[in-house]
This record gives sequence, C-alpha cells and structure tokens, in this order.
Amino acid sequence: MDYRIIKKSKITEYLNNLINEYVIFAPIEKDDIVLYDRIKSGDEVILDYSNSVNSPKEAVIPQLETLISCKNNEDITCVKEHLDEQKRFLLFGARPCDARSLLFLDKVFNDEKCRDVYYMNRRNALTIISLGCTRPQETCFCTTTGGSPFSSEGSDLLFVDIGDDYIIQVITEKGAELVEKLDLENTQNDELTKMDIVINKSKARIEPEMELKILKDKLDSSFEGSAWEILTEKCLSCGICTYHCPTCHCFDMIDEETKGKVERIRLWDSCQFPHFTMQTSGFNPRPTYKERYRQRIMHKFSYCFDNYNMAGCVGCGRCVSQCPVNLDIRQVLTAFYGKHEEIRL
Amino acid sequence: MKNLYLPIPMKVENNHIETEDRNIKTLTLSFLNNKDEETFNFIPGQFVELSVLGAGEAPFGIASSPMDKKHLDFSVSRVGLVTTELHNLDPGDTVGMRGPLGNGYPLEKLRNGNVLIIGGGFGFSTLRAFTNFILHPQNRKQYKDIAVVYGARNPGLLLYRNELSEWEQRSDVQLHVTVDKGGESWEGKTGVVPVIVKELSIDTDNTTALVCGPPVMIKFTLPVLAEMGLAPEQIFLSLEMKMKCGIGKCGRCNIGSKYVCTDGPVFNLAQLNLLPQEY
Repeated sequence: MDYRIIKKSKITEYLNNLINEYVIFAPIEKDDIVLYDRIKSGDEVILDYSNSVNSPKEAVIPQLETLISCKNNEDITCVKEHLDEQKRFLLFGARPCDARSLLFLDKVFNDEKCRDVYYMNRRNALTIISLGCTRPQETCFCTTTGGSPFSSEGSDLLFVDIGDDYIIQVITEKGAELVEKLDLENTQNDELTKMDIVINKSKARIEPEMELKILKDKLDSSFEGSAWEILTEKCLSCGICTYHCPTCHCFDMIDEETKGKVERIRLWDSCQFPHFTMQTSGFNPRPTYKERYRQRIMHKFSYCFDNYNMAGCVGCGRCVSQCPVNLDIRQVLTAFYGKHEEIRL
Repeated sequence: MKNLYLPIPMKVENNHIETEDRNIKTLTLSFLNNKDEETFNFIPGQFVELSVLGAGEAPFGIASSPMDKKHLDFSVSRVGLVTTELHNLDPGDTVGMRGPLGNGYPLEKLRNGNVLIIGGGFGFSTLRAFTNFILHPQNRKQYKDIAVVYGARNPGLLLYRNELSEWEQRSDVQLHVTVDKGGESWEGKTGVVPVIVKELSIDTDNTTALVCGPPVMIKFTLPVLAEMGLAPEQIFLSLEMKMKCGIGKCGRCNIGSKYVCTDGPVFNLAQLNLLPQEY
C-alpha cells in the first residue's frame, strides 16, 4: 500500500486547486445539519462530523433526472437522449460505509447483461476520497454488514485522521493519479504507527452483531411467520428509510409535459409505498406495511445475497436515526437472529 | 454502451378492435428504421415496453409470431393512462418501443415433445404468438401433438377469432375454445378452462404445459395438471407484475430474489414453488 500525508490545514487549499477540474461533493453544514452537497469553495467543507443526513448516492443516482425528451409537437422519432458528457466528479469526505454502498450499486447498474448508461457515465467520472471513522456512532453497524470504520472498499483514497494530519491510503489507480497531481509528501514510520493505533481503537468500538449467512437462513425460514406483523406494527410506511439509504435504488419513470417539452423522468421511489407494486387491476402483491417492510429487509439481507453475494446494507445507520417511530433495523434483525428469546421493540 | 431506456420508433399499421366490449384492441406495429427491423429478434413469451410520449410506458407481451419479421402485434386492454393513449392511435401514428425484454417460453425444452397450451382471457396474447410460431410450416415438425385450450368469460371476449377458425380447420392441432357463459348463438364448448383441461386425453410423459391467464384460472388449473401427472418442471407459467424499467433495476417486479422482468416472465412451477407467494 502506498501512503501519503497531508496537513489538515491544507485541505481547503487542495480542494480549491481541484475545483475547476472536478465537480466536488463534500459534507457541508446547512440549516444545522450535515449534508453531502456540491461545494463552490473548499472552506465550505466540514470534516469533523459523524455522518451526513443524506447519503452520497445522489452523485450517481440523482433524485430526479431526465432520460429522454422531445418538443411537444415532435414525435418519438425526434427523441433526444440526455447523456451529456460528465465532468469529473469528486466525492470528498465520504464515510467508508458510503463508499462501500457504491460497490453494491455497481452490482445493480453495472450488470453486464443490462448496463445502465446514465449511471455508468456518472460512475466512471467519479473519484471517491473517503474519511475513516475515528468515532463510530451509536447507530452505526458497518461491521455487521461486512464493512469496517476504515474499510477501503469502494474508495480511491482513504483518509485517516491522526491529529494534525491525515494519512492518505492510496487504494486505486484513480486515487494514485490524484495524489500525483497534488504532489503530496510520503509518510514516516511513526506516522503509520499512529494510524494503526487510531484504526484499532475505532474497530474495537464497533463489533459485529451477527453472522450474515446465518441471518439469511433465519430470515428465509421466517418469511411466513407472524413476527413480521408484530415487528412492523409501528411502521408508518413513510419511506424515509429508503430515501436516506445509500443502497436503496428503486425508481419510478414518469412522463412530464412542461412548457413545450415532453420529458421522460426517472425519480427515486420507495418499496414502502403502497402504489409501488399496485397493479392497474387493483391487485397488490405487497398490500400492507408488513409485506412492504418484509420486502425491504428480505431484499437487503436475503435476496441480495442470492443475486450479488453481498448484503444490500452497509450499516450506515441512517434508517435508524431518521425513522420517525424509532423502528430500529438492528432490533428487527436481532429478533430474527434469535439473540433474544422474544421479540422486543 | 447501448442506452436501454431509449425507445425505438415504431409505426402503427393497424389498431383493430378485438372484443365486443371494445376494451381490447390489437395494435400492429412496423419498424420505422430498417436497422431496428434487422436487429430486433425475439422469442415468443418475451415482452416490450411500449410508450406514448407524455403518457409514459407500460409492458406488453408480444402477441405475434417471430416468423413475421416485419410486424409486431400487441393486444392492449384499456385500463389506464398509457393503454387509453394506445387505443387512440391511428394507422400512421408513431409509438416508442423498448425490448425485447424477459426470457420467453423455453423453446429448447419444448422441442420434440407434446405441447399443451392453456390460456384464459387476455392472458392468451403471448400464447397466441407461441402457437403461431410452432404451427408455422418451418417449425411444426419439431413438435409432436399440440393441444390448445383457450377460454374467455363470454364469446364476445374471445380474441383472434379469425385465427381460431383457421386453427380449427387444421388436423395437426387440437383446439378447445370455451366460454364461461355462452348465450343462445354460441355453439362451442361451455365451461371454465380447468374443467376442459380435465377432459383432455393426452400422453403426459412427454408433455409440457404453458399456462397464462387470470389468477383464478391458474389456481384451479394447476391441480388438474398435477392430477394428470405433469411434474412441476413440465408446467410453465407466464407472470405479470407492475414494472417500470424492464431491465432489473427499478425494483418493483421481484418475487423473492427473482425479477419477473429479467428472470421471467416465464417460470416453471418448480421454480415458483421455491419463491414466496407474493404474486
């Protein structure tokens, strides 16, 4: 592994050097919450934060995007593709869980049989610099889902906070290219020792809660059980968990006619909404909260293993912290895992 | 990289009223670009997303045989926004199409065996495509006995009536058209599909059944097929789910870990028995 070091006080300057070449998404503070958003200047960025409220998936799957369009008076033969050439895109300060979530999204959208060109255009233009977690939060459970607070999976560069400096782990070619461009210094041995101490201390704070393969078996055998009804009693089907989730990627496609234009738009949708699976006949295969919540859990912890050999969850904890009725996914999973004798919520 | 969301332009050749209630029309489309016509290859049972700009897209099974390279048929029941727009199309109008999507009927497995085709109501469209395909002079020899059971609620709701008469005349296909309720002028069979299937005498050893129709028909037909001695691996069903992308991304048509749009829409009963009852 190649390592570099950067002074914390230099980050703003480095980001400003890159701002003409890259569209930069980074954590910023807005209305008292931390969000990933596009920055105009390096000094907007805050790096002393736990995790952002929104996930950075918007960098590859915008909440709303036009796929094709034409003018009102034109027909299908005049359709225009909205595939503009992407400017290089830098995701700075992402958490390792969020970087890992992109590897999951790749499995869905970069599937060799049906590649999604809109996703791939943005993905190929994306470089990810993540920031390891020295202080995992109470809601974090990345290690349970196969990640860790300093996992480099999905990152091009990984920053480790060692006090006044960041150690930079160079993970990929793309990352190496960026490091060369910035002309960063090499590390000393004592700095690497400091890094190991930071990493080990953090890892000790977040032990895995269960074995995913066993969890999958338990979920598969509990599909019909009454537990789902009890567990989802308080769910509002509001879908906030899916909007904040870095791996949730379900979308709707609608046509919209605005001022002289017809656009086919793709927008985020949620498996928690009743209309998501409602057929025109009125038949709905997932008619109640129970089936919809079960779908979310089964999809992430069973079906994704069948299809992609990884969980569809990176343990970022956003669904835990954002749920208006405190429905904690970890408690639901633990209940099925059988750690508790009875289901407690 | 191909843009899988970009529809290819099609021209409406005909928009024919199928049923007496005028609720189902069969849309015949041709390709506007020669290149699309050359590259579009499909197998019966596959579907496409048809789109009318401004109204949106909806999935439809291809109702015509792939032996006709120039035209594609789609039988459209008017139930919502897109289907109403499709009903309003006139010859010469244009429409968008993405596809072919899904897996289609298992042609390899069906070869050199008997085929039992069971369709109900509007679900008959892709089975019509398949029947026309195997009855084609170039293909007929590859299949042994062919039996078709097709039912509708009443005679006015039967689709493809001209073709049914043609098949009736043929000696190499056993056709059983039935209606739930006949009325005075109806001279054909009366009775629901499972009852008619039960009366068939076929050698089940080397037979594959293809089933598509309303849930109630499927529910009562499957036990009849089992009783006749057909194993779950010999029974194929074509399923329907709400879909948007048709390419396994938008997340709504899954049954367990299978996506109806990419793993289906055709599954055999052994596969379905392993999946949750969420369809």
